[in-house]
Amino acid sequence: MADLKVSVAGVEFHNPLIAASGTFGFGREYAEFYPLSALGGISSKGITLKARPGNPAPRIAEAPGGMLNAVGLQNPGVDHFIEKDLPWLREQGVTIIANIAGNTPEDYCAMAEKLNDTDIDMIEMNISCPNVKQGGVQFGTSCAGVEDITKAVRAHCKKPLMVKLSPNVTDISEIALAAESAGADAVSMINTLTGMRIDINTKRPIIHNNTGGFSGPALLPIAVRMVWQTYQKVKIPIVGLGGISTWQDAVEMLLAGATALQIGTVLFTDPYAPVKITEGLTNYMDKNGVKTLSELTGAMRPW
Amino acid sequence: MKYDVQLCEVLCRAQTAENTFDYTVLAPKLAEAAQPGQFAHIYVPGKTLRRPISICDIDKKNGTLRFVFQIRGAGTEQLSKFEVGDKMDILAPLGHGFTFDPNAHNLFIGGGIGVPPLFGAARQCGKNATVAVGFRNKDFVILEGDFRAAGCDLRIATDDGSYGHHGLVIDLIQDVHPDKIFACGPKVMLRAVTEFAKAHNIPCEISLEERMACGIGACLGCAVELYDENGETYMGHVCKDGPVFPAERVVF
Repeated sequence: MADLKVSVAGVEFHNPLIAASGTFGFGREYAEFYPLSALGGISSKGITLKARPGNPAPRIAEAPGGMLNAVGLQNPGVDHFIEKDLPWLREQGVTIIANIAGNTPEDYCAMAEKLNDTDIDMIEMNISCPNVKQGGVQFGTSCAGVEDITKAVRAHCKKPLMVKLSPNVTDISEIALAAESAGADAVSMINTLTGMRIDINTKRPIIHNNTGGFSGPALLPIAVRMVWQTYQKVKIPIVGLGGISTWQDAVEMLLAGATALQIGTVLFTDPYAPVKITEGLTNYMDKNGVKTLSELTGAMRPW
Repeated sequence: MKYDVQLCEVLCRAQTAENTFDYTVLAPKLAEAAQPGQFAHIYVPGKTLRRPISICDIDKKNGTLRFVFQIRGAGTEQLSKFEVGDKMDILAPLGHGFTFDPNAHNLFIGGGIGVPPLFGAARQCGKNATVAVGFRNKDFVILEGDFRAAGCDLRIATDDGSYGHHGLVIDLIQDVHPDKIFACGPKVMLRAVTEFAKAHNIPCEISLEERMACGIGACLGCAVELYDENGETYMGHVCKDGPVFPAERVVF
């Protein structure tokens, strides 16, 4: 039987599927469908130092091959997460990643300090939220910005540190290199692409924030390309995400260079997607004599 | 089980008004758990997002759910193409329904495609229910026979006077002194109903809609501004905290 275990910067996941931040809350709602251990890991809703109300509605719009969102980091704050959500999550038999976002380097560092003393497994630093003016993306779109913020947080963070990268940049692999050189243990990529939809009757953007983050199946080829380009440059592991909807997509992302995977938008289309993707991956491995998933990471043979 | 996904066979399909379709699907597991006022999140082939559709009626004995919806865009248009025998992929029942005592005098107020979510509860109230519904014109009138068959005191208004009272539903309720009010429809109507309820000191629940993604409270997409116990505002969510809210909690 195929072994779905993967290890990202020393953090073990019993299967490679991690619920992507912002699509899964803190897990409770999806626990109605299946034990959360159907997933290898959960990346929490993006947490900030203080609670945030988020953006006004509408926050959601359909788009060809996906959707836009501009939730605006609505969350109850890091202390609430640690006290109210983490203890429950810890009982679900799944690896826990705390996704953090902030206005200032001090915010990120303060959150990292608070999380040092908890039993989360990993921190995912969100410097790529496109939906709030001060949600970290100001650090995430230049190499110098990424290097500075990563270095600062690294100095305060005792947990394995993963940096989530924005695709809204000229060369994402350079950004990944900057994160690596500043001490990141892993990168996750890609966050949403900034997009927009307009209601042709009211002549207003559908989303109140005007723009939103585009996610869903249409992102897959872009994400696969970016993961592949980055895989050739960095030594730290890459957690691949962006449009993964089927087990075939998952295999593609691994072949491009991902060590583990995140899935998000597909959960809205089919809440049972993690179960189906895991089954498909297992069958693929068995059929192809793949014993561990790490054999697939970066195993694509480019022309 | 609170909610789940089920593949549900379409048992009946009818077009009942302008762009408006009436479906009954076989969904024993979901019908068993459903309450009037809750909604379903229905998969649209080829689309990323499911479409939230209110549950119009629940038949627990026969294990069916009924949906009456209007074509609003490409998604609902595609839903209207499902034929008898096709299977709909339905996530339900979602959210909180209406809290009602079927033996009390309940007033149901609906506007347009906001009428269907009221039907299940009104049917259970039967002759104890006064139902005031408004439509654009006579081509958009829906569920008239159903409310009458249930024994409800039905009052209809149309914007252009082509059927029933020429004017607003709020005109139809001035003589009614119910124990509780339930409303669903356009925001302006809901605001007027909320003010009416407040002025007469009648408890009132209103059902809201918003663009949503997950439907279960995980993605926080369908935000609605609400008042908490202390009158402070906060962002709640239509899918999980609603779609039915105490009227006084909603910020208009």
